[in-house]
Amino acid sequence: MTYFALDDVSIQFGGLKAVDGVSFEVAKGEIFTIIGPNGAGKTTLFNLISRLYNVTSGRIIFKDEEITQLSAQQIAGRGIARTFQNIELFDNASVLQNLLVGRHRHSTTRFWEDLFFLPKVQREEVTHRHAVEEVMEFLRLQRYRDTLIAGLPYGVRKVVEVGRALSIGPEVLLLDEPSSGLNVEETSRMAEWILEINRRLGITILMVEHDMSLVSRVSDRVLALNYGRIMAAGTAQEVQSNPDVVAAYLGA
Amino acid sequence: MAFRIRTGYEGDLSLFKTKQSVISYGALLLALVVAPFLLGSYFLSQIVFVLIYTIVGIGLVLLSGYAGQTSIGHAAFLAIGAYTAANAAKFGVPIYIYLPAAGLLTGLVGWLVGLPALRLHGIYLAIATFAFALIVEEILARWETVTNGNEGMMVKPAAVFGERLGEWGLYYLCIAVTIFVIVIAVNVIRSPTGRAFLALRDSETAARSMGVDSARYKTFAFALSAGMTGLAGVLYAHKLSFISPEMFTLALSIEFVMIIIIGGIASLRGAALGAIFMIMVDPVLVLIKDKLPGLIGAVTGSAMVQDKASVLLAAPGVKSLIFGLIIIFFIIYEPMGLDGRWMKVKTWFKLFPFYKPATFRRQKMYLKSERGR
Repeated sequence: MTYFALDDVSIQFGGLKAVDGVSFEVAKGEIFTIIGPNGAGKTTLFNLISRLYNVTSGRIIFKDEEITQLSAQQIAGRGIARTFQNIELFDNASVLQNLLVGRHRHSTTRFWEDLFFLPKVQREEVTHRHAVEEVMEFLRLQRYRDTLIAGLPYGVRKVVEVGRALSIGPEVLLLDEPSSGLNVEETSRMAEWILEINRRLGITILMVEHDMSLVSRVSDRVLALNYGRIMAAGTAQEVQSNPDVVAAYLGA
Repeated sequence: MAFRIRTGYEGDLSLFKTKQSVISYGALLLALVVAPFLLGSYFLSQIVFVLIYTIVGIGLVLLSGYAGQTSIGHAAFLAIGAYTAANAAKFGVPIYIYLPAAGLLTGLVGWLVGLPALRLHGIYLAIATFAFALIVEEILARWETVTNGNEGMMVKPAAVFGERLGEWGLYYLCIAVTIFVIVIAVNVIRSPTGRAFLALRDSETAARSMGVDSARYKTFAFALSAGMTGLAGVLYAHKLSFISPEMFTLALSIEFVMIIIIGGIASLRGAALGAIFMIMVDPVLVLIKDKLPGLIGAVTGSAMVQDKASVLLAAPGVKSLIFGLIIIFFIIYEPMGLDGRWMKVKTWFKLFPFYKPATFRRQKMYLKSERGR
């Protein structure tokens, strides 16, 4: 059974092939990191997986099902959650509301049930709240519960984004540069959380990351991209010592 | 200062958050119920207009404030509600049937108007809704068999079980519909639907990645907002008892948008405050126009200054000028509208004597996602 795989995936923007024939497989429970210089196509790859972009060719497979043609909202329904590189939180809402939006796929109430706030809606809301409170406890976000995102420091927002993705109750979590903009201490806490999300909650993680110390600390396997093509794959050690990767980073 | 002690998650979901709010809203309702016994018919009809504007305002708060979609075509929805009422009343349909029917019909039209919203944003969407309003205006003028064209049509008084709904009856009906609309709005806001709205408003990309079906919720926001406005339209028709196409122009749509700009864009209380402002600004300005020259004359003691002032104030467009200045003032100094002012005053009393202006000072933003605000 294929758990999660990309099969010869490409996307073309005009004359530019941002992702060019990328194939890889991720096993259940793995932490899989994608590295590469700026403009290598890492975030594009994530946007393809979360269906914000349409593939030009190739297939994306999750649990033996082809998800290439699903819509973005259906991807969340399949249990694939993501964070964004530039933080895409709902700025004028509280942390609690942001996390509750993550529970959207679990709500089964219809419009008219919502309009009249039937007892069923109330019951579901309490269930959502319990789930979200658990996530908040896990990431120690309780003290920010009713704070608007607009009033939060950058580091906390990064954590809220992870929290919102966790609220979906995902099987696969896509983290787009979880440590960008964080200081050393925050980065090290983020690394612990990533490991804990993986080990304790059993969530498979795909990650785009630049901080090599974080990458080698948490990753099971690493894939290096450049110009939309796979440059190297293997353990963090192997990839880091690959001559092509070194050349791409140092421009040698 | 009162602190609320939370004992369960249900408490956060209740309609009234505190005992005080139950008491104060109860008192407001009581005041509205006894108002006809105390007030003259002029004030009664002003309250009716305030209630109608409040309903429209709430519809717009949900659409613009929560779901982030602009509309400058709401007068058209009001017109659809009003003409539905006028025609239904003509054929003797009882109001308890055509009131909800008008709401549903307008909601359906709103849903259709919402479809282009899936592809349009911001100013483009505003223009699309404006175009829709123009089309409706044109239809009202041309479809003479139904609307009686530019001559307009009389609206038969509303009747319930053969009994005519008098001035008081209409007043109480307006209160009932307003409460209904407010409860629906609060329900939407505290349910997953409301959260989907604000998710779409703040980041559509993220909303979709969280599993929010953007097409469904955008059109639903339009349908809901239009439906509420349709209900208001029915009341409007009965209040005026005569309707014609030139009542439902762009000017009215803009007046509706002003309700939420002045009241506070994402606040239900703001919709009510904005409605009060929009209805009362006219009589107050007239009052100022009448009394101000006399006052100036008394202060300066010269009849010539008084004459000059009255000539100046009587000049055409002065009212619009003052009105425009008020709007600019609001946008610059109180972007959160009357509701923001209300909260500041409330906090001042709550924290007395420790209130600091910095509590509500807007932060300087540096992040990319915050620029352009």
